[in-house]
Amino acid sequence: MGKDEKKIVFKTVHDLPPMAMSLGTMWVNKTASWRNLKPIIDYEKCIDCMICWKYCPEPAIFLRDPDERVAVDYDYCKGCLICVEECPVDAIYTEEEGK
Amino acid sequence: MKRMAIVGNHALSYGALLSRVQVIAAYPITPQTQVVELLSEMCADGTLKAEFVKVESEHSAMAAVMGASASGARAFTATSSQGLALMHEVLHWVTGARLPVVMGNINRAFGPPWSIWTEQTDSLSQRDTGWMQIYAQDNQEVLDSVILAYKVSEQLLLPTMVVLDAFFLSHTSEPVEIPDQEKVDEFLPPYENKYILNPDAPHAFGGLTNPEWYMELRYKIHKAHEEALDLIEKEGREFEKMFGRYYGLVDPYKVDDAETVLVAVSTAASTARHAVDLLREKGKKVGLLRIRVFRPFPYAKIKEILSNARKVIVLDRNLSPGAGGIIASEVRGALANLRNHPPVLSYIMGLGGRDITTKHIMELFEEAEKMEEGKDIIWKGVKL
Repeated sequence: MGKDEKKIVFKTVHDLPPMAMSLGTMWVNKTASWRNLKPIIDYEKCIDCMICWKYCPEPAIFLRDPDERVAVDYDYCKGCLICVEECPVDAIYTEEEGK
Repeated sequence: MKRMAIVGNHALSYGALLSRVQVIAAYPITPQTQVVELLSEMCADGTLKAEFVKVESEHSAMAAVMGASASGARAFTATSSQGLALMHEVLHWVTGARLPVVMGNINRAFGPPWSIWTEQTDSLSQRDTGWMQIYAQDNQEVLDSVILAYKVSEQLLLPTMVVLDAFFLSHTSEPVEIPDQEKVDEFLPPYENKYILNPDAPHAFGGLTNPEWYMELRYKIHKAHEEALDLIEKEGREFEKMFGRYYGLVDPYKVDDAETVLVAVSTAASTARHAVDLLREKGKKVGLLRIRVFRPFPYAKIKEILSNARKVIVLDRNLSPGAGGIIASEVRGALANLRNHPPVLSYIMGLGGRDITTKHIMELFEEAEKMEEGKDIIWKGVKL
């Protein structure tokens, strides 16, 4: 199921789990609007080692369809650029947002 | 069952041992240190099969037990004063994540100025974190309360703090019955929680929740606390059937015909019981209401017992500067909706571990006799 198909299905307090477990609220709360620098993956250089996925604190790295290559989820990436720092082959470069 | 002379700190350790805790993370602080010293020895020699996690602060200790509980392990920690204050942020997290962590807190006054002696302000200032709070009056109650805390916490998915006085309990040896492991196992089944981290059924936990649903989750925490009022007493009765000792929300003593009732917690309540006996011998109609469970706050019990009194005295070994005694404030709140409620005399005493003796408590009753109206704050024993 694609993320846009997820819906919040709760109607009353009784439908909810006791804690915020998979409430689906993150599908409507996009949290990347304050990103200043956008990490962009250069697929010519990327070796799909997944180190960016391991380090991303969000996590905003996923395997995209259909080629299952590493990609950045720009709805949630806040531009901390840890992936840029950690990439062993310098395959992630940045661009300023709003340019 | 065997009987041993142990300090209150070790009563916490034995409570954790008998509850078969699986993960312990703690950072030492006087007067709590002995609790985890003994637990670390038990882990080292194999008496207790638990993971002992050494951490660099109390914030990390609470974070580690939170993670352990979230992965389905029964987790325990203990601390005091500044250490508890450092855990504050994570205490809220544990409640919000609905994790049944149990911890010990040995009441110690806040610094500065440095003090290692007893005072309830450290735990009472965690009042609104959503943790259940049990105040023990003797070492037997400390041990038993740990077992009872897991039993109630794990059914409601709420954390519990078992609170005891520094030195008066933590470092004082008393005879304590150590229940048989088989009987504790019968009383306390293994921890089960379906809302845990599970790689086979991955979930997002605690994600950003907008105003549309946040309030409902807080409502559920409060409802669980309301359920705890009944469950604590129900499990208290089950415990009594197996072990012969009953623990409820409150512990009233000679209140039925009492004209003046003193409200107290922890070891000050034991002292007050002695004072009540001495005054009863003189024909004074006095009684004691010990509050054992501070959260959930037992409004109904307190209203029921105090509504018959002509005067209420509250002894607070704590201070909310600018307001007064924290327990007095709660008791006044409980009585406010009664049509004719008794006046409340709020005494601050024993801060920073200063002695509260039988003589002091008899003086409170004698002073109350002369006062017709309530008083918001009375400082007992301050050198003016």
